[in-house]
Amino acid sequence: MIVAEQKALDEIRQLVGDAKQVLVVGCGTCVTVCFAGGAKEAGVLGSLLRMAAQMDGQPAAVTEVTVQRQCEWEYLDAIRGPVEKADVVLSIGCGIGVQALAERYPDAVVVPGLNTKFMGMPAEHGEWVERCAACGNCLLGLTGGICPIARCSKQLLNGPCGGSSQGKCEVGCGDSAPDCAWQLIYQKLAAQDRLHLIMEITPAKDWRSSRDGGPRKVVRADLKLPQPDIKE
Amino acid sequence: MNDSDGALSNLQKVLKAGHFAVTTELGPPKNADAEAVRHKARLLRGCADAVNITDNQTAIVRMSSIAAGVLAWQEGLEPVIQMTCRDRNRLAMQSDLLGAYALGMRNILCLSGDHQTFGNHPQAKNVHDMDSLQLVQMVVGLRDHNRFQCGEEIKGQSPRFFVGAAENPFGDPFDWRPYRLAKKAKAGADFIQTQLVFNVPRFRQFMTKVVELGVHRQLRILAGVGPLKSPAAARYMRDQVPGMDVPDAIVERMEAAGQGIADKKARAAAYKEEGIRICVETIAQMREIEGVAGIHLMAIEWEEAVSVITERAGLLPRPTFETPAVVSESA
Ligand code: SF4
Ligand code: SF4
Repeated sequence: MIVAEQKALDEIRQLVGDAKQVLVVGCGTCVTVCFAGGAKEAGVLGSLLRMAAQMDGQPAAVTEVTVQRQCEWEYLDAIRGPVEKADVVLSIGCGIGVQALAERYPDAVVVPGLNTKFMGMPAEHGEWVERCAACGNCLLGLTGGICPIARCSKQLLNGPCGGSSQGKCEVGCGDSAPDCAWQLIYQKLAAQDRLHLIMEITPAKDWRSSRDGGPRKVVRADLKLPQPDIKE
Repeated sequence: MNDSDGALSNLQKVLKAGHFAVTTELGPPKNADAEAVRHKARLLRGCADAVNITDNQTAIVRMSSIAAGVLAWQEGLEPVIQMTCRDRNRLAMQSDLLGAYALGMRNILCLSGDHQTFGNHPQAKNVHDMDSLQLVQMVVGLRDHNRFQCGEEIKGQSPRFFVGAAENPFGDPFDWRPYRLAKKAKAGADFIQTQLVFNVPRFRQFMTKVVELGVHRQLRILAGVGPLKSPAAARYMRDQVPGMDVPDAIVERMEAAGQGIADKKARAAAYKEEGIRICVETIAQMREIEGVAGIHLMAIEWEEAVSVITERAGLLPRPTFETPAVVSESA
């Protein structure tokens, strides 16, 4: 899932400015699960904005709507009415949702209410951790299912750096330090008697499959809808 | 590396001849003062076979290791250019390797680099396009295959470095460290410098495994040693530096050295003396360990200690090679 966190209210208010009609758009998928931008958060944020505007003596009409997924056109099309009425659309979807809204409604002023953090999962209640950096060429088969790109602070592909200590990464200190990804990889493969996998040298990665190759796109010809034959 | 001896680095000649090698370190200044480098270089002259020039050590901006290396070279030292993967991608690293070689540099030490959050620009974006092992492969490829990392042939002079890497025998997972060293040998590293050794028994344990794997025959291992300046420095290394192993006994020895000395200056001197003594003793122990081909003496910001330690450890004078080195069996 995509993990996000709400921006500070002051920043959100600055982004909203003195708009009279504000539409808060939540998303029912990832950001609902990480308690950052679902229907509940949209409601709370809406109330906070109304209260703040009232106290400033500039009452604004704030309404909320939550779609099942902000990153799909069909769900966005369903909220055309409220979007077109709003002076500012405050999306509390992830960065993809914000952009989808902005693209679907070219005239709307769309601003983000969240900071999109990473792709990850809840490790325990109230704690989310990064798991994948979408490098575009998954190595997990070599590393016991533990990602050295997203989870090693230096993206090392050939084993732990010298700073790995007692299971913790050299970055960060004490209990707040992340686990050393390579300690985890080693333990896992040792337990499975598969250490030979990391005895081989992993050559320098071809980062073209990652963001370094430019914005990426996946095209599946088999899934493309036939283009209508437009003549003249 | 199959060069005629004339093209070999001094460090390579020393190791090839089977001498117990000595390398040390020079940290470039946090400014553009050439004299600062020259001054430190003069303090180290004659004490070591080669001198590491650190690359933005602990992620703090300093004069470039190649530039400082050239200055040190002009003062009569043979530099080992440290190169970290933190700040440069493969394009920048290769272009620097070509430049360093063109300027006369002959040794490279390939490192991942301390994370930038430790340094003075924690806001920086790190690179890590490659890791240290892949960097070793790349430098070896430039030399042995005349090819850039992308596979393209180098037309004309290729950089022909003596290639080093680092290893921390005390990092975790401890059991994996000898294998990681083996991996560096497989990547083509010619020599290894280790993290500072204070826990000698643990280092011995590491070396036993290394010898068992036969890695010491594939590359030359220089054990990292260095003088402690004070009990505070010892405690700091023990408690705060990730991957460092300073046994309590060493900390206590440092503390005891100052006991009963009221005068602050005299106490500081006693601490330093004890630090040097421990270092000299450690060197003697390193010489007894199978597979250890030399020491890497780290006394950053205490360059004066290097001549004292090497002298007392009986490592001076360093071998010189007017004529081609004698090829010994072990090299
Ligand atoms: S290897 Fe790449 S695709 Fe696989 S989990 Fe890591 S970042 Fe994601
Ligand atoms: S300590 Fe582990 S996770 Fe952290 S940078 Fe080093 S190898 Fe990577």
